[in-house]
Amino acid sequence: MSRPPTSDGSTGSPSGYVLPAEGLGELFDALVRRGYTLVGPTVRDGAVVYDRLSSPQDLPVGLTDEQEAGRYRLRARPDRAYFGYTVGPHSWKRFLQPPERVLWRAVRDGDGFRVEAAPEEAVRYAFVGVRACELAALAVQDRVFMGGSHTDPLYRARRADAFVVAVQCGQAGATCFCSSMGTGPRCTGGYDLVLTELLGGEHRFYLEAGSPRGDEVLAELPCRPASPEDRQAADQAVSRAEAQMGRRLETQGVRELLLRNLEHPRWDQVAGRCLSCGNCTLVCPTCFCFAVEDTTDLSGQVAERRARWDSCFTGQFSYLHGGSVRATTRARYRQWLTHKLATWWDQFGSSGCVGCGRCITWCPVGIDLTEEVAAIRGSDGLRSGREASGENP
Amino acid sequence: MRARRPKLAVWKFASCDGCQLSLLNCEDELLALADRVEVAYFLEASRAVVRGPYDLSLVEGSVSTPEDADRIRQVRKASRYLVTIGACATAGGVQALRNFADCQEFLSTVYARPEFIRTLERSTPIADHVPVDFELRGCPVDRAQLLEVISAFLAGRRPRVATHSVCVECKRRGLVCVMVAQGTPCLGPVTQAGCGALCPGVRRGCYGCFGPAESPNTASLARAWSQLGATAQEVARAFRTFNAAADAFRAESERHERG
Repeated sequence: MSRPPTSDGSTGSPSGYVLPAEGLGELFDALVRRGYTLVGPTVRDGAVVYDRLSSPQDLPVGLTDEQEAGRYRLRARPDRAYFGYTVGPHSWKRFLQPPERVLWRAVRDGDGFRVEAAPEEAVRYAFVGVRACELAALAVQDRVFMGGSHTDPLYRARRADAFVVAVQCGQAGATCFCSSMGTGPRCTGGYDLVLTELLGGEHRFYLEAGSPRGDEVLAELPCRPASPEDRQAADQAVSRAEAQMGRRLETQGVRELLLRNLEHPRWDQVAGRCLSCGNCTLVCPTCFCFAVEDTTDLSGQVAERRARWDSCFTGQFSYLHGGSVRATTRARYRQWLTHKLATWWDQFGSSGCVGCGRCITWCPVGIDLTEEVAAIRGSDGLRSGREASGENP
Repeated sequence: MRARRPKLAVWKFASCDGCQLSLLNCEDELLALADRVEVAYFLEASRAVVRGPYDLSLVEGSVSTPEDADRIRQVRKASRYLVTIGACATAGGVQALRNFADCQEFLSTVYARPEFIRTLERSTPIADHVPVDFELRGCPVDRAQLLEVISAFLAGRRPRVATHSVCVECKRRGLVCVMVAQGTPCLGPVTQAGCGALCPGVRRGCYGCFGPAESPNTASLARAWSQLGATAQEVARAFRTFNAAADAFRAESERHERG
């Protein structure tokens, strides 16, 4: 995983400040004054999701999450922490690459037709509570949508405007493995502001700016310069998260490992469990695939082209003339995992996995990619004998 | 002069009429629809009948009597395109529960004079009897999908109807997974999308109204249900509702029915 820019690996920048917990509302106000729409963590239907926020009270105050493969539960915390949980089923891609949108519309006009660009909602987001793994995911998606010769105008506009308030993780979940992927838990760049919530003693935030925009906002907050103790406490909070990492993925040579084991029997075993439902790809903060669909209305006067989130686990995803290229669940899971961890490097120069653990937690049958990779590594070179039977893929 | 409007027919076989009602329920679009097609045969809406042949026939219901089996052949002959709508027409419907038992026994239990009843041993989908141009799933069908299918046939294009799981719709809507976050058994991962994730949207598990998705791993989902505490009987019953006779659901329910 390549790191976001401005990484120097340090946290104790001399420009650190301390914001009392009561002052968090002033950060919200300062962002609203600048015309930002605030989105961030809030509780809905038993999980921390990302949605509009109007005040710090909309945050999951005093709650934490318990995660395992295929299982997620909210629990009460003994304190009033604002950010005392890890990541939930949503990711920021929902705002930058909306799940469904109209790309353009064509309307019949005499003997021809005219094309109308879709009205894009002009919205400037402030993302509040972005974790280190998510900063890395944003960087991955930046490369996908803005890195090549063809950029996505909606993504580019929203991304350029977005104000990023990062939050250092004070704890890690059981499905977290960002430290394996080199993406966290420490936020080292790619944000406008970064907060570390300090709960011992006075409830407060250690705060640093990461951009001139961040400096401007910071200047309006009721902050005091951080003491060496504040800095140390902030550093310790992230170290604690690092020590709690629930999963591990050995990335050494993983690209070569997977690509030389395309006929490993493990793919058959995981296909026996995999529902091919697409949940892993839809919760993944880097999975970017979408389908482009054309429709006409009843009157036959209007045609529309829409983009919708898609998944490499659907049959229609790889449908070419005559059928689906990846007809089996085995082929689809293998495609997803090898793309994510191996061929993503060839395509985008980084891993596609940031170690957030969402695909593990939100798989209804709890398939764990760290376990799958470890199993293949543990029996490197084993072959299923499929080639002989001509059943590939 | 205005071109002749295509003739639309709507037929009922063994069914509850809910899918026909879904068409009538398209209130905002009914005038536009009537503008584009001549509603030539639709007894649920009007007694006025225009003789065939018909350009597009929508068929609701399953074949469950010898008369049905004859009549669907007549409908097919009179129709340029035949589209089946709903779980009954595409999978046999809830009445296909008879397929798992002795139909004669039902007759003698339910009817005072069973000798007056002429029925088939099994309730079967339309496609078992005649070629079908498109099958639209759902119990009942989704209004938007129904209009999409009609629009597509009018425009001579393929209907844009997804065959993937309900999970894809659920995640697009930003809903929280009821299985993972609540431990609620849900058929969504093996069920075809189309309803817009109606039940997970109100924190219920999916009931499988749209039948099996394109590659349904029902065995793996059933294992997950067991881990959430569902008994074999509960698993069997979940797969045995409106789409009980759809192959994947039928096979899974049979694996669990004897506990």
